Amino acid sequence: MGKTLFDKVWDNHIVDNIPNGPSILYVDQHLIHEVTSPQAFSGLKKRNINVFRKDRTVATADHNVPTLNQHLPIQEELSRNQVETLTKNCKETGINLYGLGHKYQGIVHVIGPELGITQPGMTIVCGDSHTSTHGAFGSIAFGIGTSEVEMVLATQCLLQNKPKRMKIEINGKLNKGVFSKDIILYVISKISASGGTGYFIEFAGSAIESLSMEARMTICNMSIEMGARGGMIAPDEITYEYIRGKEFAPKNEKFDESVQKWNILKSDEDAVFDKVLKFDAEDIEPMITYGTNPGMGIKISEVIPNSAVENSNESFKKSLKYMGLKSGDKLLNHKIDYVFIGSCTNSRIEDLRLSAKIVKGKTKAKHVSAWVIPGSKKVEKLAIDEGLNKIFMDAGFEFRQPGCSACLAMNEDKIPKDNYCVSTSNRNFEGRQGPGSRTFLASPVTAAISALNGCVSDIREHI
Amino acid sequence: MEKFNKTISQLTPLKIQNIDTDQIIPARFLKAVSREGFGENLFRDWRYNSNNEPIKDFVLNNHNKDSKILIAGRNFGCGSSREHAAWAIYDYGFKVVISSFFADIFKNNCLNNGLLVFQLEEKIIQEIFDKIDNNRDHEFTVDLENQNFSSKDLKINHSFSINEYNKSCLLNGYDNIDYLLSVKDKIIQFENSK
Repeated sequence: MGKTLFDKVWDNHIVDNIPNGPSILYVDQHLIHEVTSPQAFSGLKKRNINVFRKDRTVATADHNVPTLNQHLPIQEELSRNQVETLTKNCKETGINLYGLGHKYQGIVHVIGPELGITQPGMTIVCGDSHTSTHGAFGSIAFGIGTSEVEMVLATQCLLQNKPKRMKIEINGKLNKGVFSKDIILYVISKISASGGTGYFIEFAGSAIESLSMEARMTICNMSIEMGARGGMIAPDEITYEYIRGKEFAPKNEKFDESVQKWNILKSDEDAVFDKVLKFDAEDIEPMITYGTNPGMGIKISEVIPNSAVENSNESFKKSLKYMGLKSGDKLLNHKIDYVFIGSCTNSRIEDLRLSAKIVKGKTKAKHVSAWVIPGSKKVEKLAIDEGLNKIFMDAGFEFRQPGCSACLAMNEDKIPKDNYCVSTSNRNFEGRQGPGSRTFLASPVTAAISALNGCVSDIREHI
Repeated sequence: MEKFNKTISQLTPLKIQNIDTDQIIPARFLKAVSREGFGENLFRDWRYNSNNEPIKDFVLNNHNKDSKILIAGRNFGCGSSREHAAWAIYDYGFKVVISSFFADIFKNNCLNNGLLVFQLEEKIIQEIFDKIDNNRDHEFTVDLENQNFSSKDLKINHSFSINEYNKSCLLNGYDNIDYLLSVKDKIIQFENSK
């Protein structure tokens, strides 16, 4: 019987299997940040052990950092302490840190790929659930808790039960105005926020193959939003071209040798998946969420339904009450207060280019605050070199400095209570963008056009 | 890690589905660098209003504070991988969480902290919710050794499953890092074979 892509990478990293228990999985690349690592480092100290393979961990500061005046000391004491603790821990252990002010600093899932640290066939973990992003390169990448961060620092291994394998195929040509964010919001709305739990997903099909690497990352990024530990896509020429020339990618002959190895990273034709789902790209329209989990999404032209798959009546009602919405309401033309373009889902240069194209020469609605937060220093620099920052600022948007920002509102970037925000991030949970905030998840293009109109807008009416 | 064997307590019912870790512990409380004290902010925004006054309808504010068993709707612990969610639940005083369905990362985080999580069928959870709706005073027993969950008063008796490795870790208070450190030779051998 053939093997799936997942099986091939998994089998290649198994140190041992514990009878009636989990497997010992070797981790090639570990990424850490300031929020979920401090307790892991203090755990090591308490046990009096060292970091086992310091060269396999890379650190950055992203979750807590301000997006204005990054050259100044962080104002908020607790955030500053966390960032300083990371710096101290990296210094003591010899781990490479791209901290505030470093030209490689940025959201951990943006910098891994753009620096060529993320490569096909690897196992990659980080104390952050959106580690699934790196699966776009055909790697097994997933989020872990802090105890597991400690395990990796101590032994470069994790104890894991092998998940089931699911294939999600999306075939056909995407409609105008539909982007990878819409694909993934559509799939989650069909299978619910828990439809992928217990599985590792392989995304395949002609619609997926046609996507750029950055668009593929958006898809894999949100596999956790359907409960799947991770999502992956078989590497191809588009993958290799993206990696070629990146700072930490293999160079010259080494690169060609790597491509040879990467070429076998695809599911065999007779590979068996535990579950296969197929969707038609033509059925997908621009998507938006109306509720408080990412499974509560609709096509932008639809009205809010009476129920959602895997949400009880009670939970569904609680959710709409929080959002201040009713079944049967349209979201289109719904007044908004904020637009957030950023996060590990949609803060890469292509996201910024796409939204800048919509915004160019126009002005945002007066009552809307619009923030653009590039995913990394590299993205920020590219955007400035291309003049995108000027396009945004001329339109009344704020173009800020890299970090996770209002995706989880750990820094000052919070959406006020009862305010509506069209957000390119990944979670519309209660209070996610600040206590009482109300989030509509959508693509960068939908966010940009909505900022101009001051209300939820359909990009297809403007192209 | 503390050993876990048996717990007898009332249940704390949370009849909501898809409870994400942002609700369990909001991001603004993740700024600590130690593992202690998160219980204070467990379910912060459901427990207190914006003036920091307790919200009376919320179960943690109107129920026995000594309850050690939390029972919740399906897909509990979805979303962020923050282990602070498991720390907050444990620090508050819960020793067991029951749902019909847990998010994967959350489940691992709990087990890594001596917090027992197990699943019961949705139908059974609903029955329990219904039975304790009018009277939450009944005591329940969680017996890990025998993998049994029961209440004599309510004539409830169910077995639950847990993998042997996790069970033995909880019963003995072992943790995964100790185990992995004990097989370091194998790990080095693996590295050399690549």
